Amino acid sequence: MIKLDNLTKIFDTSEGPVTAADHISMEVPSGEICVLLGPSGCGKTTTLKMINRIIPATSGTVFINGEDTSAMDTVDLRRSIGYVIQQIGLFPNMTIEENISVVPRLLGWQPERYKARASELLDMVALDPSTFLKRYPNELSGGQQQRIWVIRALAADPPVMLMDEPFGAIDPINREVIQDEFLKMQAELNKTILFVSHDIDEAVKMADKIAIFRAGKLEQYASPDTILAHPANEFVAGFVGSDRTLKRLQLVRAGQVMGARPTFVQPQQSLSEALVIMERNEHRSITLVNSQHEPIGIISRDVAWNHQGLCGEHYEGLHGIAQQHDDLRTVVAQMFTADSSWLPVVDDQGRLVGDITQRGITHHLGATYRTQG
Amino acid sequence: MDTLNFLLENLDQLVALTLEHLMLVSIAVGLAIVTGVPIGIAITQNQRAADIVLYIASVIITIPSIALFGLMIPVLSLIGQGIGYLPAIIAVLLYSQLPIIRNTYTAINNVDPALREAARGIGMTPLQRLRMVEIPLAVPIIMAGVRTAVVMNIGVMAIAAYIGAGGLGTYIQRGISQTDPRQLIIGAMAVSVLAIAADYGLLWVQKKFTPKGMKVAG
Ligand SMILES: Nc1ncnc2c1ncn2[C@@H]1O[C@H](COP(=O)(O)OP(=O)(O)OP(=O)(O)O)[C@@H](O)[C@H]1O
Ligand SMILES: [Mg+2]
Repeated sequence: MIKLDNLTKIFDTSEGPVTAADHISMEVPSGEICVLLGPSGCGKTTTLKMINRIIPATSGTVFINGEDTSAMDTVDLRRSIGYVIQQIGLFPNMTIEENISVVPRLLGWQPERYKARASELLDMVALDPSTFLKRYPNELSGGQQQRIWVIRALAADPPVMLMDEPFGAIDPINREVIQDEFLKMQAELNKTILFVSHDIDEAVKMADKIAIFRAGKLEQYASPDTILAHPANEFVAGFVGSDRTLKRLQLVRAGQVMGARPTFVQPQQSLSEALVIMERNEHRSITLVNSQHEPIGIISRDVAWNHQGLCGEHYEGLHGIAQQHDDLRTVVAQMFTADSSWLPVVDDQGRLVGDITQRGITHHLGATYRTQG
Repeated sequence: MDTLNFLLENLDQLVALTLEHLMLVSIAVGLAIVTGVPIGIAITQNQRAADIVLYIASVIITIPSIALFGLMIPVLSLIGQGIGYLPAIIAVLLYSQLPIIRNTYTAINNVDPALREAARGIGMTPLQRLRMVEIPLAVPIIMAGVRTAVVMNIGVMAIAAYIGAGGLGTYIQRGISQTDPRQLIIGAMAVSVLAIAADYGLLWVQKKFTPKGMKVAG
């Protein structure tokens, strides 16, 4: 847990004092990612750097796991915090292995231990240790350097990580990949992370909580869904964008919104049976599943009405299919592409587990407004 | 032809004087590294100190060597060392300060601030930062300063023969006083060849010392 209590930084400049952070108070629970978000110059970096005392705070306190850090030795404090600055700070004079193990070496680990750790971390980001351990940073691509840069901060397994726009310098495609890798790692590692970004989409994707800053002040601190659905003021609403409701789609998985008792028919059932089921449920089409319970097609009400025979003889191809873990943005995109108002939902094995409708999605997104009035 | 004969007959002596020359310069520049590098590092902490130190070092380097020897004779005579090795070594030591201090200072100051912050942020103490990051990154540039010092002072050491320091300057000095062009030519050539050879030798050393991951044009 990281707790900031009235953290304040006033820089003395030639044009007078500049308040870069103004009584920032917030609490990041253990194992969560908190994204500090805001326009350039709003004090995100300053706030972050006060935590590991790269910038000394003017006033206020930082607690880590309940302990007041002002009582801790600066060097010890920093070694217990993983730190990733925006520019890639790999030491060019050290091999990848030496770079990754630099904090463990400072902490006095035995060589076998830190070498094993370096290999383990490389494996974690799918870089082959036998190829990369002995290379130098300038022998790596930008994306590879970025990965090393992030795992170096993880080397000594610090419970807390500070990351200042860690993926800012990467092209958008690679950034998505690294973000996904990072989230996968985080799911196992459960670090408490403060993460600076100025990209609302990145924040929505990564954050458990978002802290929105303006001119040194914390404007709102809440979950991504709350920020998007209920921005605290005009500034926050403007910053997250007029399409903020669409952004909320990313936060919800198909499995959370689907109807869990999907209707379906099997190939050997007759069309008239299918028609009865559709009429009873007021559906315009129905999913056809095979013996493994995998959706293989759909039968529309028109077809069932106008034809005789078995379902297996008169179905058409699927318009689309949603995975349980797909976010709603992906699902809605599929619906729009297929011009379809609903999709069958399958689990990891490809078996039908539900159906998701446009109405269900609208209803889900609207719920938060109804409960809060 | 005369010169060549003289050379062949005195080859032993030439080798001995060359080694002596090289050794004097090495000792002096070696001492200059031991003093100059720490000074160069120390003054990165204080802009005013840096300005003063670099100013003094550049004033020293403008004093002609003959004048410097002249200045040292009365002072060192107090300990009975007015002429000989000692003043020669001290002169070279002083002349070497500017290239070595300036290059060290520049190199350490120019270490990428992001790397410096990364080193700080992961919890290196100031000494660890120097040892593990700043000095390794600065080595190529410091070595370039050492090279300048060595090449420049091979010439200064030749003049030190006039105050009895020995080395290859002995030939030049004798050649002039005895109006013997053979010795003059051999002395002058040997000093030039030595300077060029030292330059290349140190370039090789500099490349050796450059951390493998750094592409710095040498
Ligand atoms: N060393 C300093 N001296 C004086 N003012 C500073 C200093 N560092 C930052 N500031 C000022 O403090 C304010 C906040 O800076 P900070 O670096 O925290 O912004 P940021 O939110 O990280 O912005 P960005 O997204 O551009 O990185 C800015 O107005 C900046 O000019
Ligand atoms: Mg910043």
